Amino acid sequence: MIKIANAQFWVHDQDEALRFYTKRLGWEVRADVTMEAWNFRWLAVGPVGQDDVGLVLMPVPGPPMLDTESSAALAGLVAKGAGGTLFLETDDCQASYDELSARGVVFNDPPTAQPYGIDTSFRDPSGNNIRLTQVLDFDPARGTAP
Amino acid sequence: MTSQPLARHLLRARDLADARYAEPLTVADMAGAAGLSLAHFSREFKRAFGESPHQYLLTRRLERAAALLRVTDWSVADVCFAVGAGSVGSFTASFGRVFGRSPAAYRRSWPSAARFVRIPRCVAMAYARPQNRTFREDQGTGSS
Repeated sequence: MIKIANAQFWVHDQDEALRFYTKRLGWEVRADVTMEAWNFRWLAVGPVGQDDVGLVLMPVPGPPMLDTESSAALAGLVAKGAGGTLFLETDDCQASYDELSARGVVFNDPPTAQPYGIDTSFRDPSGNNIRLTQVLDFDPARGTAP
Repeated sequence: MTSQPLARHLLRARDLADARYAEPLTVADMAGAAGLSLAHFSREFKRAFGESPHQYLLTRRLERAAALLRVTDWSVADVCFAVGAGSVGSFTASFGRVFGRSPAAYRRSWPSAARFVRIPRCVAMAYARPQNRTFREDQGTGSS
């Protein structure tokens, strides 16, 4: 069987990202290893209670892996929100929203009813999008009451 | 707090439009979310995202209107006001310009099965937002 072990986001600043994912989101550190010779830090976090899937907070690389121009372009794309989305699920969207808000997460929008459930979204400091969904039985009319 | 790239602040303004398009939101509100002066904001937003903040807000409202037309049986006027558009007349004109058909014709053109597709709202909002078009560009296409 093949399964997903880690997904990855590009981040502008690993220290800032680490603070966000641990202090604000409440996740745990899975790995934090610095390879001095490579000037590289392998940093991975993940949600408490889900041990087998993690998120790698990868620094936007510079030369020699990426030339200066491409590196700046990549950092810019992430800042513009083009870095991608992480889709999270929760049992209770409102409770998660309240809990994370209390820890300082600034949401894009409040929990909103959708045909597939209730969801909301926020971004990490670099601009990566994170969607938080409470999945419910599909109802095309949910969330469209006038 | 680490200093963030300008684009990250512009993204905050775009997020505001995505979240509060249904309110009487203005470009000045978006500039405020980015922490920039109005003129500077409009210029930088266009440079970063390829369209003006006003165009973004307009097409966001039209995209959400199209979504409501697909999944509800609301009147065109109800859809118009639900997405924060100010007048039914200008809403209908903008809609026709961007989607190439009236709101009612747009609704008829969608199969009812589309209501049952499970696509997260953020994905729909990212991919279904129409490109803004001007009358002048429309004249250049040579078809209707």
